Amino acid sequence: MVSAGIERKALLQLEGVGKRFGAVQALNDVSFDVRPPEVVALVGDNGAGKSTLIKVIAGIYACDSGKIRWDGREVSIRSPNDSRSLGIATVYQDLALCDNLDVVANLFLGRETARPRGPLGVLDEIAMESRAVQVLRRLSVKIPSVRIPIASLSGGQRQSVAVARSVLWDNKVVLLDEPTAALGVAQTKEVLELIKRLRDDGLGVVLISHNLADVFEVADRITVLRLGRFVGTYDAKTVGREQLVALMTGAVPGIPEHADPTASDLAASTAAPLPPAGGTAP
Amino acid sequence: MSSTLEHDPRVVAEQQGLRGFVASLGRRLREGDVGQLPVLLGLVVIAIIFQRASHGLFLTPFNMVNLTSQMAAVGTMSVGVVLILLLGEIDLSVGIVSGMCAAVMAVLTVILDVSPAIGLGLGILTGTAVGLFQGAWITLFGIPSFVVTLSGLIGWQGVLLHVLGRNGTINLQDPLILGLANTYLKGATAYAVALAFLLYVAGGPILAQLRRGRAGLVAPMSFVVARGAVVSAAVLGAVFALERDRGVALGLVFLLALIVLMDFVLRRTRLGRMIYAIGGNAEAARRAGLPVQRIRVLVFVLASTLAAWGGMLGASRLRAVNQSAGQGQVLLNAIAAAVIGGTSLFGGRGSVWSALFGILVIQSISNGMDMLSLQNSIKMMVTAGVLLAAVTIDAILRRGRQASGR
Repeated sequence: MVSAGIERKALLQLEGVGKRFGAVQALNDVSFDVRPPEVVALVGDNGAGKSTLIKVIAGIYACDSGKIRWDGREVSIRSPNDSRSLGIATVYQDLALCDNLDVVANLFLGRETARPRGPLGVLDEIAMESRAVQVLRRLSVKIPSVRIPIASLSGGQRQSVAVARSVLWDNKVVLLDEPTAALGVAQTKEVLELIKRLRDDGLGVVLISHNLADVFEVADRITVLRLGRFVGTYDAKTVGREQLVALMTGAVPGIPEHADPTASDLAASTAAPLPPAGGTAP
Repeated sequence: MSSTLEHDPRVVAEQQGLRGFVASLGRRLREGDVGQLPVLLGLVVIAIIFQRASHGLFLTPFNMVNLTSQMAAVGTMSVGVVLILLLGEIDLSVGIVSGMCAAVMAVLTVILDVSPAIGLGLGILTGTAVGLFQGAWITLFGIPSFVVTLSGLIGWQGVLLHVLGRNGTINLQDPLILGLANTYLKGATAYAVALAFLLYVAGGPILAQLRRGRAGLVAPMSFVVARGAVVSAAVLGAVFALERDRGVALGLVFLLALIVLMDFVLRRTRLGRMIYAIGGNAEAARRAGLPVQRIRVLVFVLASTLAAWGGMLGASRLRAVNQSAGQGQVLLNAIAAAVIGGTSLFGGRGSVWSALFGILVIQSISNGMDMLSLQNSIKMMVTAGVLLAAVTIDAILRRGRQASGR
């Protein structure tokens, strides 16, 4: 193996995943893995297949080919429920919050603490509010009150609530789709800090972003996609910004992880791809 | 533990005590977060106007008993309309469904000699079936509820005429059916019902705040105590007044019991939370795993069932069912009451209490103008004006909410 310090085990692992929509091969032989605790960024130009890949993991689309492993075991993700029950949470760009409900109601939406079971179960507001306060404080999310409607929160606060919702349920991997796209400078910083805290809590965070500054700020590893193909996964500490742009735009051919690095021109460069994910897998 | 998270200086915090109460009230007014305040003020204004115009005859125990027993039927339908509006849908068939189900009940009990209890039950179940049919049609085919219930408005009217057949009017004589709207509670029974009502309306929130306080959560007490005191005085005063005449109408008791029940369901149960969530953002609700379509059907079923129940109360009060049952202004009044009471037409905002306060406004105007012997033409114009005023106030308040980010 390499001298990458502690070799973390891949919790979620995609191998040679493909997805076709009619005549369009949206994903072609893509390999990707998440090794908590870490932040792995998924970058690429428009149409690179980032969103498709996220949706395959989230269970919105089922992949046509390839394998998905969870904790070393092969699994099939055919629906959002499959993904959710594995412990994968997805925060979409439009956040999917109810503006008219307060923060607590949104955090627990669909999984309210209530007794007895069933639709007529009486909500335990005190338990939910205490739990909400606890989680928001642990994540240092700043909001004026957990009892105000989402409509009165700023964009960054809404994003934070959406992210907090994904960690409320013991999830192990969180997918964040462009979490900072619509945010100002201070709010972006807030959300990036939140992402770091998720990693420090032991989660695997998958971050999709167009903003390379954000990516370099929080990511441990960076996976590059281009035109639906896997370009490579790089160590965020060693890959340069220009190199990353070149890899994204295709100015420089990438090196798939499982290819022999010495076979490429880039072998000598600092953009050396990381060792294969399966290093510790059986 | 306290629920105040790290303090954000941009946010006006709720202060404790009387000063905090006044300050937060002022802020709520400016930001349009006023709940039932406009409609309550409207009620006071209406009462003053009619009291003066009728030379003191409007606010008499006799007229209050009339007014409260008049409003039970449409008020019941309006509760169903509130549920529909909370989802962001509309049901234009509630009026005619009430008439049609009353006709079913009348034909069964009077012409076919079915026992009254079974006749009432089957009449209400007819409403349930209508709701199931319309709700399923709306969700299965993804057709706007406006269109499906509009066709219901026409179709059920046809069924009503067909069911009544050559009997243009069926008179009701059964004591059980007539008793629904023509029974009045007096004395200890009336006060016992009032106390039970107050226990929920005034006592419930205070108890909830105490429990929150014990759990270490922020629990401002002044507002719920002040509101509880005002509500208690109003309710006990009303019972005292009604009691000096015939008493508290059973129809009103049914309506209040229904409102308490639905208020509990909406605010305290998972089902209520789901209804608000779907009305606020149906896509978010779907992604959170909520059974959006099933809840939609359920709410249409509830609305039609309540419409049928309202139809029974209306028939009982009228002591007859005729070809115009559930028509005319019934539908408009049921929807107008919900909107005047403050339930948004755009879904997700409002409460079941708006049915009560809205129908009080509409019935007061109607009753007051009857008292002044004004013509129907004038009544319709005034009612339209009040409805327009109510939605305008709602629109202005919405702007206030948006300006303050609510």
